[in-house]
Amino acid sequence: MKYEAVIGLEVHIQLKTRTKMFTRAASGYGHEPNTLTDPVVLALPGALPVLNKAAIDQIIRAGLLVNCRIADECRWDRKNYFYPDSPKNYQLTQQFAPICLGGSVEIELPGSARNIMGEHKTIPLNRIHLEEDVGKLNHFATESLVDYNRAGTPLMELVTEPALASGDEAAAFLTILRATMQQGGVSDCDMEKGQMRCDANVSIRPVGSTALGTKVEMKNLNSISYVRDAIEHEIKRQTALVEKGGSVVQETRDYDGLTGVSQSLRTKEDAHDYRYFPDPDLMPVHVSAEWKNSLAATLPERPFDRQRRLMADHNLPYTITSVLIWDKPLADYYDAAVKLAGPDAPALAQPLGNWITNDLLRELGATKATFEEAVAKIPPAHLVALVKLIAAGTLTTNTAKEVFAEMFATGDAPEPIADRKNLKAVPTDANELEQWCRDAIAANAKAAEEFRAGKESAINGLKGPVMKASKGKANPKLVDETLRRLLAE
Amino acid sequence: MPINLPLTQVSSQLDSRAISAVELLQACIDRTKAVDSRVGAFNSFDEAAALAQARASDERRAAGKTLGPLDGIPVGLKDIISVKDQPLTASSKMLANYISPYDATVTRKLREAGAVFWGRLNLDEFAMGSSTENSAMGPTNNPYDLARVAGGSSGGSAAAIAAGEVTAALGTDTGGSIRQPASFCNLVGLKPTYGLVSRYGVSAYASSLDQVGPIARTVEDAAIMLSAIAGHDPLDSTSILAEIPDYRAALHQKKGPWRLGVPKEYFGDGLDPEVAAAVQAAINFYKNQGCEIREVSLPHTEYGIAVYYIVATAECSSNMARFDGIRYGHRSTAATDAVDIYSKTRAEGFGEEVKRRIILGTYVLSSGYYDAYYLRAQKVRTLIRQDFIDAYKQVDAIIAPTSPTPAFLKGSHKTPLEAYLGDIYTIGVNMAGLPGLSMPCGFTQTGLPIGVQLIGQPFKEAELLSIAHAYDSAHDWAKRQPNL
Repeated sequence: MKYEAVIGLEVHIQLKTRTKMFTRAASGYGHEPNTLTDPVVLALPGALPVLNKAAIDQIIRAGLLVNCRIADECRWDRKNYFYPDSPKNYQLTQQFAPICLGGSVEIELPGSARNIMGEHKTIPLNRIHLEEDVGKLNHFATESLVDYNRAGTPLMELVTEPALASGDEAAAFLTILRATMQQGGVSDCDMEKGQMRCDANVSIRPVGSTALGTKVEMKNLNSISYVRDAIEHEIKRQTALVEKGGSVVQETRDYDGLTGVSQSLRTKEDAHDYRYFPDPDLMPVHVSAEWKNSLAATLPERPFDRQRRLMADHNLPYTITSVLIWDKPLADYYDAAVKLAGPDAPALAQPLGNWITNDLLRELGATKATFEEAVAKIPPAHLVALVKLIAAGTLTTNTAKEVFAEMFATGDAPEPIADRKNLKAVPTDANELEQWCRDAIAANAKAAEEFRAGKESAINGLKGPVMKASKGKANPKLVDETLRRLLAE
Repeated sequence: MPINLPLTQVSSQLDSRAISAVELLQACIDRTKAVDSRVGAFNSFDEAAALAQARASDERRAAGKTLGPLDGIPVGLKDIISVKDQPLTASSKMLANYISPYDATVTRKLREAGAVFWGRLNLDEFAMGSSTENSAMGPTNNPYDLARVAGGSSGGSAAAIAAGEVTAALGTDTGGSIRQPASFCNLVGLKPTYGLVSRYGVSAYASSLDQVGPIARTVEDAAIMLSAIAGHDPLDSTSILAEIPDYRAALHQKKGPWRLGVPKEYFGDGLDPEVAAAVQAAINFYKNQGCEIREVSLPHTEYGIAVYYIVATAECSSNMARFDGIRYGHRSTAATDAVDIYSKTRAEGFGEEVKRRIILGTYVLSSGYYDAYYLRAQKVRTLIRQDFIDAYKQVDAIIAPTSPTPAFLKGSHKTPLEAYLGDIYTIGVNMAGLPGLSMPCGFTQTGLPIGVQLIGQPFKEAELLSIAHAYDSAHDWAKRQPNL
């Protein structure tokens, strides 16, 4: 019998806010342990939570980015369980009335080759709710210490429907989700810092069946590739188990990405009874249409929407758009450059894309400069000017690269550099150019003959002598045109 | 020394320089040292800190910068209200060595009004109880009869005033914990409307029911205290945004006649005849003043106790979870790992009644029981609130006994249920979030104080206090002192 996997994800993402969710204590990472605390964070007797509106702003923005319906009212509930990283021994969350309902995420599966767009699928979401993060336990040989700096950081929990079919789909989901939330300014989603964490619920069923199998929750997956590997590992484990006549036990398993081994953490019998009930310390939050709309206006274009627009408007190839959309500053730079190109945009859009995704990125990689530094050196207007010089034939591809390197080094505009370095093609006297061309054809009769016989590349053998005669400054476009005209005579 | 006088008179003596704040405090210190070993109202006190406050008050007065009627007044705080750098025990072994690093909002407000903090006052552990017998620090005895309870859970606050150890005090009231001890100790106790006074810094028992309020000798004293502590607090999301009137000034603004409702369900079986008679006499006073007395019905009263002990214990079970031995407070030295720290610390740290309520609350929130208990109780709570809303279509306030009996003998409640039933007349006010006030209305033949309760409309404390003041200012029950 053939089996297929059914996977649902629970993704926790820390929201970027200056202060914590229910108090004025600062949010942050990498500080001295227990310095980002106050009576509320430490759950001292008498401390009460007060909602940070910025956290609601951020989760509404998150919800809008993934097509959720934003509830008119959301409320707070207590999830009761004892653990040393939880100061109150209950977590404030939204069990009964979450703020974001439904929603969907468009994913792109790997294509057949790097330069070929993969299949797009839409993954439906169940909900997104807001809750507070817990502290962090550090275990030592004979003791454990707890750091409450992270406790109380606003945390969104996104729950998908069980609608993913493979580790690759899960990885594609997390990749676009991370990019969307990063680009929206919702979170930095740094998985190493725990700003994005993922649990996967994996089950298998016979192909053709619609019932869900017994699910196993894979926990502690702290990178996208671990998520993919853990899911693939678990699908294999379950399939092998079932094929041997066994049955899957509902449990939580821990996957070690380094060794590729998973082990059971707890089974269903050990499951907590969280005793959820409405929190009496906080008021419900009412979300008006105005509030929602004002936040919607702050959202960037989503990556795949941007890709479709770039392909449709500028006829950009996948190889370029698939670089641009994952890097918002780079894509914004591209859009700014195209806008500056004005009426020339249709002709310049693609070369601009090439220069940005090839030369600019190469230079960034080589110099280890930040993108901001690069933009300071080469503002979009300078790149547009450079590409215009090439289009006009004033620079050749080779001379343009030299100019580009100088632009990156000095921050100067391309034209003064070309002048200074004497790299501009010289506007040539038409008669003089024609004479050089005639001389070249006469001196290279064999190449001329071959070209006339249909060997296109043979024309290059004629251009060299012309460029040599012009001391390299003849307008290459004009040389090409003139040679072709004379050869056709 | 004016240790047995109302706050208003003490304040006048301070203003007239008949006495200094330091002298006044010293009188309270001396009195406390003389009587509190018998009364048991104090968990702790800090003489040096109090004297520094009193001196600062005298300096302000000398400089003509007195802060108001509370400047220099010794005020006791129930030992569940945080005071920066002072112990906060909640009368529990769990917090026996805990020092609060911050002021509760009510503490800050009293500080800003110039009050001198004298003493951390005893209570039923974490405010769970109605006799102050459930205290890890030992019981508080009633100054009018030391063999009897002072009431609870704010028993220490009431007894300390009655015994002349402080001039006024703050208590908290979740099901009657201000009003009942006030009635047992010949005092005025006011539970404000839920949301009028900040809960920030007050260790929570049942968050949707808890309110801080004053206990004092007269209605006017309570009005002064309420003006100092009421008002919006950005640190408490349940505190309301509203203009706070000068409650003392409002006492004299409107003089009835009011329409008072007498709830028939509050005069049934179990009401002590002497209490019934004293309350009836108070009702007659209002009638003679031209008030319209009308019988009203609060038909869901009989469910009050059951609903209260579901809602309050549910919240309690969660609120108490933070006392785990990890970050502060008691930690069992016998514990070997995290789970062991929890179970041993909590087994050792909490008293019997707190454990009982945690277990009850855990049970009613458990999967499979939540709908049958907690959700259902919340629905009935809505009906109880609706009873009052309906009654207020006919009357301005409700008048009733505070407690079915006067102060009972220590140890006389043989089962928890017996103790719980004593809250029958006070609990509805908390369920409905209303303001409720108890004031002295007489004594039993054996000399035990009796209180009458007035229940007002939400946030109409000014009117409630005016109604109470009309009676209180015409009687002098407060002058009758205990024999200590």
